[in-house]
Amino acid sequence: MAKIKKKIKTIKVDADKCNGCRACEVACSSFHAIPKYSSNNPARSRIQVMTHRLKDIWLPVFAGELAAAECMGRDKYIIDGKEYDECGFCRAACPSRDLFKEPDSGLPLKCDMCEENAPGEKPPGEKPLCVQVCLNDVLIYEEREEEVEEEVILGEMEMGLKHLVDRHGLDTLVDTLARMVERD
Amino acid sequence: MRYAETGYNLEIDLATGNIEKVETDPRLMELHLGGLGTSVKLHWDRVPPETKAFDPENLLIFSSGLLCGTPAFSANRTLVSFISPQTDLLAYPMMGGFWAAELKYAGYDKIIIRGKSPNLVYIWIHNDKVEIRDASYLRGKGAVETQDLIRDELKEPRAQVAAIGLAGENRVFTASIEQSRSSSSRGGGGAVMGDKNLKAIAVRGTKDVYIARGEEFRELIMGEVLKFVKLRNENHLKIAVHSPQHGAIIGSPQAMKYADEEWHTTGFAWGNARSRRKDFWTKETEESWTKSQTSAIKRLISCFNCTQQCGALISFKDVPRFMMKCFSKLTYTMAAYVDDLDFTWKILQRATEYGLDSFSTPQILAFAVELYEAGILTDADFAGCPSDNEGRFFWLLDKVVRREGIGDVLADGVYWAARKIGNGAEAFDHNTIKKHEQMNIKLGMLDPLYYLMYSTNEKISITQMEGNWPQGAIPRKEDREEFVKDWPQLPDEKFKQYLLDWESRGENANPYYPTPEMCCEIVDWMEMLHNVDDALGICAGWASFVLKPPYHIHNYPKIISAATGMDLDEAGLKKIVNRSRNLHRAFNNRRGMMRPDEKPPEDHWKKRFPELEENLLTTYYKFKGWNYDGIPTKERLQELDLGYVAEDLEKRGMLKDGQD
Ligand code: SF4
Ligand code: SF4
Repeated sequence: MAKIKKKIKTIKVDADKCNGCRACEVACSSFHAIPKYSSNNPARSRIQVMTHRLKDIWLPVFAGELAAAECMGRDKYIIDGKEYDECGFCRAACPSRDLFKEPDSGLPLKCDMCEENAPGEKPPGEKPLCVQVCLNDVLIYEEREEEVEEEVILGEMEMGLKHLVDRHGLDTLVDTLARMVERD
Repeated sequence: MRYAETGYNLEIDLATGNIEKVETDPRLMELHLGGLGTSVKLHWDRVPPETKAFDPENLLIFSSGLLCGTPAFSANRTLVSFISPQTDLLAYPMMGGFWAAELKYAGYDKIIIRGKSPNLVYIWIHNDKVEIRDASYLRGKGAVETQDLIRDELKEPRAQVAAIGLAGENRVFTASIEQSRSSSSRGGGGAVMGDKNLKAIAVRGTKDVYIARGEEFRELIMGEVLKFVKLRNENHLKIAVHSPQHGAIIGSPQAMKYADEEWHTTGFAWGNARSRRKDFWTKETEESWTKSQTSAIKRLISCFNCTQQCGALISFKDVPRFMMKCFSKLTYTMAAYVDDLDFTWKILQRATEYGLDSFSTPQILAFAVELYEAGILTDADFAGCPSDNEGRFFWLLDKVVRREGIGDVLADGVYWAARKIGNGAEAFDHNTIKKHEQMNIKLGMLDPLYYLMYSTNEKISITQMEGNWPQGAIPRKEDREEFVKDWPQLPDEKFKQYLLDWESRGENANPYYPTPEMCCEIVDWMEMLHNVDDALGICAGWASFVLKPPYHIHNYPKIISAATGMDLDEAGLKKIVNRSRNLHRAFNNRRGMMRPDEKPPEDHWKKRFPELEENLLTTYYKFKGWNYDGIPTKERLQELDLGYVAEDLEKRGMLKDGQD
């Protein structure tokens, strides 16, 4: 595959500054509503703030790539005496938990840095929306360029379909779609 | 499709265990918005004046506000309403935190609770699944620890839990309902909850809340409002504020962020709102208090969807962790005459787990100490009580919460305790209004604005009525000129002149200036904005409680319209909250609240002016469209589409034709 220039987008998370407001979750879910901003629901947010107040844990985590199968084992971190939940730092939508999945369909969610494939759909302002609403400097947006191998990027619908294929098999999916088309 | 609101309430009868999801009439939003407005309507319709706080018919309503769960910043208030055991009137203490939004995401605007459960239970709401579950294992548990115990039991770390502690279980009249970093404190909601044998309500929701005109709403909230907040966070107000922590910043007073407490400790009264200590704040105090506060505060924390941070996680030495905010930092310490701030973290932790209103309770304890010193309470009442100030307060706190010995009498609050104890104790009840303990302030000259707010407001707690107008005249003319320059939040330009002419001394000063007519307008404006906040579920720290706030009468109608799809203008919005306020008043009137009850705390000011005060009250009643007794006139009620209220009041003989 050819080498191409790729924009690497990072959101640096300074978790010590997080005050647990979840404004980031609200903004994210509002942006990704269809039509945009027509509804909101933090359970659909692609950033989730893991919270255990008395343990002083406020940990914003962004949804990453879907994991089709769960890991062979779980991890558990203790940092500065604080014990984080199992798989606390993991960014995957994974069969072992509800996190980073649409609450109704169970389809996986993934942070897109507020940039969908169609142009003109970015939120106003240069940065992802969660970064814009976090006034505590927890979420810091950075961009840089890197040379990388070209890769196929899955769109949102493809990602959802791929998940369904993994879960139910291609044949079942095709059959179901055919049935739905007939019903319509 | 319903916008902003979910359109459903949950009706739960704890006696029978019956649970119903009930669709609400969309017209109610047009008439009362939501939150306080629609809750008042429910109480009016369903709770007759004969109902007492501990009757099964007393409704306990947990409500979100109309904008809770939407992206509107700080729309996170949970509003709990009920007949208060202390005042016998409708109380509606609010709390911030995370609960109300979660309720909306679960698909409900309110939970309406009636009846009493035979056993201690808690309610678990997970979207459409609603259960009443056994809470016997939680009996006596702290209001904070209960929240985690329930989350653990349910294996739902994201459930938000509102819970009572031992004080609520024992029906202490100042029992609060605690939730994350916030509490619904005033008026004894915890006692009503305890009386219903309800330990907690846990909720988790994963549904959508809809916005009618999303793009427009985004522009208003994440555009205009956010920009304003950022700017203010970088440029604190300097004129008309007492200290950086009070009024200069958006949010509740920043008592967790700032350690400088000179203004409160020297200006407010210590003990049972008894004496000022003008020389209290010294360099050494400042050092030791700063040290104590820095060591106790682990992290500043926020409520749901709010960019500010008024609360804190407290982790002090070996004291179990808890969360707190605001003026509770000083209430126990000042009431107990303790000079060491370390006491605050220790006693607040215990009081928060017990679940207690930290405004009223310390005054009750200080009142007991005063009675003891005056010989009205005796050694027998205080048998076993340590003699140092700190020890005495811990001991009294335990007695009150357990309703043991003298604690059982004190647990009903200063007003009722004074009457039960008798023997001169009544004279020590000098800081209540309508039987409810007030801020610990004692001042010199009558303030006509505060006179009206204290006397007449349905909230019966001053910190929840003031806000948009400076607390006192701005002494320097240049500062006044500077202050009015940039004041787009004003409902009317004429207020600028009122402020420019208002001086600290001389003819244009308290008590005769602002004039009674001006006072009516200013008070009406502040109340109006509080009523809007309380219907929307917006934090008063973003609107009615602070100077020059981000939300105000000019952008609220646009925000509400975009969220709901209603086309609301300023006049329309004012009319809605006016309607709800008059309904609220009529509800209280029907329970016996009248002109003689409308008084400030007895010795709040040294210099009083009986004639002026009468005039103020009469002018204000007229301005509001109320008769001499403080009851809304038939005309006013009809104007506000409350003809059915006028009819009811007439039937009861409270309004008579032609006697307005
Ligand atoms: S907006 Fe910022 S402070 Fe608030 S929860 Fe998200 S990361 Fe934390
Ligand atoms: S300003 Fe403070 S009290 Fe108000 S919602 Fe924000 S954090 Fe809560």
